[in-house]
Amino acid sequence: MTAHYLLRRALGLLATLLAASLAIYGGLFLAPGDPATLLVGGGKPPNPALLAEIHRQYHLDDPFLTRYWHWLTGMLHGDAGTSLAHHDSVAHLIGSRIGTTALLIAYASTLILLVGTALGTLAGLRGGRTATAVTAATGTLMAVPTFVSAVLLIWLFAVRLGWLPAYGTGDGLADRLRHLTLPALALAASWLAYVAQVTRSAVHTEQGSEHVQTARGRGIPERLVIRRHVLRNASGPILSVAGVSVAGLIAGSSVIEQTFGLNGVGALLVQSAARQDLAVVQALALLTVTAFALVNTAVDVATAALDHRTPIGGARP
Amino acid sequence: MTTLRLAAAVRGPGRTGPRGRPVPLLAGAVVALVVLAAALAPLIAPHDPNAVDPLAVSLPPGAAHWLGTDDTGRDIASRLLYGARPSLLAPLAVTLAAGTIGTALAVSAAWLGGWWDRLVTAALDLVFGFPGLVLAVVGAALFGAGLPVAVATLTIAYLPYVARVVRGSALRERHLPYVAALRMLGLGGARACLRHLLPNLAPLVLVQTATAFGYTLLDTAAFSFIGLGAQPPTAEWGLMVAQGAPGLLAGRPEQALAAGGAIVLFTVACGLLGTALSQRLAGDRT
Amino acid sequence: MIPLLEFDALRVTLPGPRGTRRTVIHRVDLALAPGSAVGLVGESGSGKSLTARSVLGLLPPGARVDGDVRFDGASVPAMRPPELRALRRGGAAMVFQDPRAHINPLRTVGDFLTEALVSVRGLTRAAADARATALLDEVHVADAARRLRQRPAELSGGLLQRVMIAAALAAEPRLLLADEPTTALDVTTQAEVMAVIDEARRRHGLTLLFITHDLALAAAVCDRAAVLYAGTLAEELPAHRLATGATHPYTRALLAARPDPTVPGAKLRAIEGRPLPADEAGPGCPFAPRCARATGTCRTERPEPRPSGDGRAACHHPVPLEGSAP
Repeated sequence: MTAHYLLRRALGLLATLLAASLAIYGGLFLAPGDPATLLVGGGKPPNPALLAEIHRQYHLDDPFLTRYWHWLTGMLHGDAGTSLAHHDSVAHLIGSRIGTTALLIAYASTLILLVGTALGTLAGLRGGRTATAVTAATGTLMAVPTFVSAVLLIWLFAVRLGWLPAYGTGDGLADRLRHLTLPALALAASWLAYVAQVTRSAVHTEQGSEHVQTARGRGIPERLVIRRHVLRNASGPILSVAGVSVAGLIAGSSVIEQTFGLNGVGALLVQSAARQDLAVVQALALLTVTAFALVNTAVDVATAALDHRTPIGGARP
Repeated sequence: MTTLRLAAAVRGPGRTGPRGRPVPLLAGAVVALVVLAAALAPLIAPHDPNAVDPLAVSLPPGAAHWLGTDDTGRDIASRLLYGARPSLLAPLAVTLAAGTIGTALAVSAAWLGGWWDRLVTAALDLVFGFPGLVLAVVGAALFGAGLPVAVATLTIAYLPYVARVVRGSALRERHLPYVAALRMLGLGGARACLRHLLPNLAPLVLVQTATAFGYTLLDTAAFSFIGLGAQPPTAEWGLMVAQGAPGLLAGRPEQALAAGGAIVLFTVACGLLGTALSQRLAGDRT
Repeated sequence: MIPLLEFDALRVTLPGPRGTRRTVIHRVDLALAPGSAVGLVGESGSGKSLTARSVLGLLPPGARVDGDVRFDGASVPAMRPPELRALRRGGAAMVFQDPRAHINPLRTVGDFLTEALVSVRGLTRAAADARATALLDEVHVADAARRLRQRPAELSGGLLQRVMIAAALAAEPRLLLADEPTTALDVTTQAEVMAVIDEARRRHGLTLLFITHDLALAAAVCDRAAVLYAGTLAEELPAHRLATGATHPYTRALLAARPDPTVPGAKLRAIEGRPLPADEAGPGCPFAPRCARATGTCRTERPEPRPSGDGRAACHHPVPLEGSAP
């Protein structure tokens, strides 16, 4: 792990985000008709005075790069424009909803990391019937799309058993978490299964590896063999897929929030897209891509730090 | 979102699936049956899928309506059969388009190299940075909701999964001696590409697109589910799950469960078939 | 004298497909006196590695052992986990063929050397580090303090093999099992590593089971040589008699297949046929299909090991010794 490597990754991240923001902003001008119409939202042509106002406010008559620069610097200052559909500033709309989404994603990530890796490790260490059972169960879970698991969970736990609420956000942390349990489970299910499978396979591979055999052959106590050799060496691939999973949750949260009537930014993105409320969609798309890219970069850096097999930019002796 | 897992599947260790012979056979039977049902829907569906009947609203399963009726009195079984058509055709279109365009981009980039290769690679990397569903949502915001927009944006989202792998393989292939030999024989670049390079890449393209199909099916269904894909009154599985969701609380879960079950069953069958296909094409390397 | 290590009609089977069992070792009888060095020679697939692994109970999952392996009189297959761990911690240590695969690539060399000292012997970190430095000095690794902080990827194969030897010595074992310790190294490094093993053996009075496919190396380093073919011990004799005193046709054939640098232009005689994997051996002598001396008995009846020449051979028709026949 060198400063050079970190710098390179940071620059790469910046370049990705710049290109993505350019694409998101430029998309506005790919759509047919006057972009001002889209920025007003609702898909209907507004009156000429309002259009002129929009043109002025969004600098739509400036050259493209100037407009883009205005938009981007505005975003960086927390000024993402106004949603005319909501009669509110985009920043405020997002700010009031992002807490729910963050909590949902944190909850689902915790489930994935704890339950997924625990299941996979158990299956990888035990092998035999446990492994077969875990593989079969996770294989099934992986095939169930998020919105179908949401429907199944609501039907089973909220309707048939009546254990957990199916809709709404709740008040106070404990109640909010209770309301988020089914959404988090639905969001996490297939990713959890995926992480469990990769964990099982990584642990299984390390179990049979020669260096683990050496450690056993030297009489190292089994729990140390497991912790220091099997799990430590399997942690690279596990971390890498766990990261991909968390990045996937960011995208999947729209579907889940929509299904469970949660008032988060994911649902806002979907509703705004349906109303063609472009100012909100652009801001949220940029936010999502940023979060996505940040998680992916963080995971790559962490994986490189965990695994020294390939010296990064370092000199060989 | 499922595009992500596809990416991860390319990166990470592959998942192990059942390898026995009966499994692909059964999966093939399921796929064939669903495709047949979609094709013959007008012949086998007991009712008009869009016929509302105010007198037969939210009926439980029975002799007249095998799966009951929805909240406007439409026959769920018939809608499930008709719904197979857009539910299968949309992802099929995505897969075919992404496969064709992706292969064309990849092969031309590998063959021509230079600035074109750099441009294609950079563009693919950029698309890779967007979660597929977010790309589709932005597309819907710009061009309006509906299946055509969903197909177009998902095609773009899936381009990298075909193009990246094919480009790598095409680059290797391009440097094999036989390509140089063909050129020495005076064969033009385009002809060498079409006659020799493409056939050699075909199995890889087939495997990549076949694997992607299941994921595109889930993504289009999810997109319809959130209301940005297929629009009412179209019968489509993802949309049917969404329309059936309120029924869960009202004690009529048939529509949501049947449509969801159809999606899962068909995807699992496709996945198993895809695995068997890629194993056969890859030959028994184990 | 009681042997330190004794294989008594060792037979090992592994689970095969669909509930069948594959025999990977048919019969090995061998005794190692304390302080002796025995070379176990054979082609790949002859079962020599598994024979060594059976001493530490490191066989693949599902392996079944018949006959016996006794370390200092105690049966290894009968040992329970605590006894087995005790054997691995101090009785016998193993040096593997490919040090790069057998040392955890993610941990430092220091971790590898001190791990057992700290977790098994209860040394403090500082004491373990000092001991590790001393061990590296003993196997002639220069700049030990720096090496302890490095990771396996930063060391050459030869250095890494010395680290493995140092780790084996850290256990203060009585028996050293060296499984082709030099095969993965280049020729000059091979000699250095062999010298380190030989030196350590003499200094600590270790008993050595040296596994190799190199007849000349076995003859040079060991007191006795044992030749394995298709999971069966073919012949066992004093190492210095290997070149002239072998009576088993397979040993003879191996010797003839070796280039002799003292005779320029001498013709090599490859052994006819292909080496037989242990699990394909039939009821008779496994070498019979390739043996010029084979008779009908050889194909139906497995020969028992019996005294022959200066050692023992499992052969119905051993080559008679008459002075020096090449």
